[in-house]
Amino acid sequence: MADNFTSAAAEMQQPPVGEPRLRLKGINKSFGAVRALTDVDFEVYEGEVVGLVGDNGAGKSTLIKAIAGVGPPDSGEIFLEGQPVKITGPQVATHLGIETVYQDLALCDNLDVVANLFLGREERSSVRSLSEIHMEQRTLQVLRTLDVKIPSVRTPVMSLSGGQRQSIAVAKSILRNAKVVLLDEPTAALGVAQTRQVLHMIRRLRDQGLAIVVISHNLADVFEVVDRVIVLRLGKRVATFDVKSTTPERVVSAITGAEFGALMEANGDGTAGGVE
Amino acid sequence: MSEMINEKVTASPPASAVEAASVEIPAYMPRQTLGQLLRGDLGFLPVLLTLVVIAIFFQIASGGFFLLPRNLSNLVGQIATFAVDSLAVTLVLLLGEIDLSVASVGTLGAVVMGVVSARLGFPAWAAITIAIAAGALVGCINGLFRAVLLLPSFIVTLAAFIGYTGLLLFLLNGQATLIINDPAINGIAGSPYSFLPWYLGIGLPTLAVVLYIGGILLDQVNRRRAGLRTKPFWQLIAQIVAVVVVVEGAVVLFESYLGVPYSTAILFFLILLFWLILTKTPFGRHIYAVGGNAEAARRAGINVAGIRIAAFTLCSTLAVVGGILGASRETAVSSQVDPLLLLQAIGAAVIGGVSLFGGRGSVWNIVLGALIIGSLINGLALLNGTQATAEMLEGAVLLLAVTVDAVVRRAQARSGR
Repeated sequence: MADNFTSAAAEMQQPPVGEPRLRLKGINKSFGAVRALTDVDFEVYEGEVVGLVGDNGAGKSTLIKAIAGVGPPDSGEIFLEGQPVKITGPQVATHLGIETVYQDLALCDNLDVVANLFLGREERSSVRSLSEIHMEQRTLQVLRTLDVKIPSVRTPVMSLSGGQRQSIAVAKSILRNAKVVLLDEPTAALGVAQTRQVLHMIRRLRDQGLAIVVISHNLADVFEVVDRVIVLRLGKRVATFDVKSTTPERVVSAITGAEFGALMEANGDGTAGGVE
Repeated sequence: MSEMINEKVTASPPASAVEAASVEIPAYMPRQTLGQLLRGDLGFLPVLLTLVVIAIFFQIASGGFFLLPRNLSNLVGQIATFAVDSLAVTLVLLLGEIDLSVASVGTLGAVVMGVVSARLGFPAWAAITIAIAAGALVGCINGLFRAVLLLPSFIVTLAAFIGYTGLLLFLLNGQATLIINDPAINGIAGSPYSFLPWYLGIGLPTLAVVLYIGGILLDQVNRRRAGLRTKPFWQLIAQIVAVVVVVEGAVVLFESYLGVPYSTAILFFLILLFWLILTKTPFGRHIYAVGGNAEAARRAGINVAGIRIAAFTLCSTLAVVGGILGASRETAVSSQVDPLLLLQAIGAAVIGGVSLFGGRGSVWNIVLGALIIGSLINGLALLNGTQATAEMLEGAVLLLAVTVDAVVRRAQARSGR
């Protein structure tokens, strides 16, 4: 069922040609008696932003944790650029080029922007001391590609705004040459201008050919920046939409499971909506 | 020099500077109020002001004796022990941890040295090495309990404090005071000859200053070449002038009496060493990172447990160095752990501006904090003040410092949005 649906969705896409950058097949995960994920497929192509939406408890976080290596799935296959991979831990995911940007856990507030970007992978000069100048140059380069504006790369992250902090967290993944970036609620708790900043940055990321997954509750943001929306409900993938040919109302219906019949009809008129 | 300065003023910005300008927009920085500055770069000013007020008060009250080179030299000798302990505990405070065992571990180290030297007749270098190794071992054990078993450092080091106080009684075998006769050990801080010869007393600090100035000028030139933003010229000059005045002023002061005491030289060597480690190496960066946000550090691939064990190990090792300095100054080791030593060590760090909450503070803060505590002890003694007055005042100053720390932290959390 899911397969039919996925291939149908893939046909609709402009960028998705050939092999997805990241593909998950038949992912299952249970916590005791609770089935958090049931036979979920997922795919994201290079240069594409996928929005992963669903109500609380739909399994978004569980799916992201499976990709990030924080909570490996019970069964199922993961392919990165067509190659089967086993993601057994966060370090493995990072090594493979899968970066996860969590809401507020990624930065050391007391360190400046440069120190945060290079945290854990500092560049050293010949005498094993930090080579600050080169790190600062790289920082400026990366922030420029993301079009991020901050007062100074030597300010402690603490004094930056929420949007700027989010940008710094994302910039970290660019610096590591990530292939896939997972953004967990990137705009939650941000003001209007800051949200705009972050969405702008996500577009810049996509333009660089990264595969991006955005988890969000905010459908307005989702519609502004993503190419495809994948909806989870009660641990199953229930729908996929192309944002160009759907409306937030349809996505909401899929999330809540309401208007079941109406959605089935929507499929008939050629939009990329689907229900299992 | 002057050519470089001219170039700085006239040269047009290189191409890559434009790049920096497109990311770094100073206008994005909200205008800093005085309060914010005091919480940031100028955070040492209130502490310095406090020290100046205390110094002026005692200078007047003691009839001009307090600031005499003779008394200041004595004061600096008094603070060396707890200042080294303070440096030790700072490494742990930067992680957001605490080590309550510094004083007892330091005394234990001195006892080990005394026993090995006086009872077993080992040469001074061997006794000192064994004592320092014992300190490293003890710290490593503290660190393992904290980092691997994830126990609160407060409890682990409290247990260590009690345990090692007992262990040193056991080692001394009931003896209340063990006199140290080894001239080499006593020579470190305890004899009238424990001063650097004048050429070293003037030469070493001056060399350090020259290297420092060379370093910041080289950095400035390199940053400019790399197209990075550079400090304003006046700031650079102010920085250099301040360092020269403070260091050379201190040198003149020492040399006008007996010279630079060994213990002071050791203290400043250690502070300089740990300043370099903390600010110029990845290890130091990781200490601040773990203190700032251990979870973020872990996710960045930093070995958080390793950093914690290393910090506790270094802390106890330095505590033993402090203990050895203390034993040498008194030419004896006592079975009694000085009850004020621990509070003075933590107090000097916190009063100086090292945060109890981790991740904030510099080893240079210790100097100011130790001078404040040292001035109170020394000054009140000059005025025939009692121990009681001194302790009450120290307690008040410490409370004030912790309050400032907590208030600053809360204010920063608010402005952090």
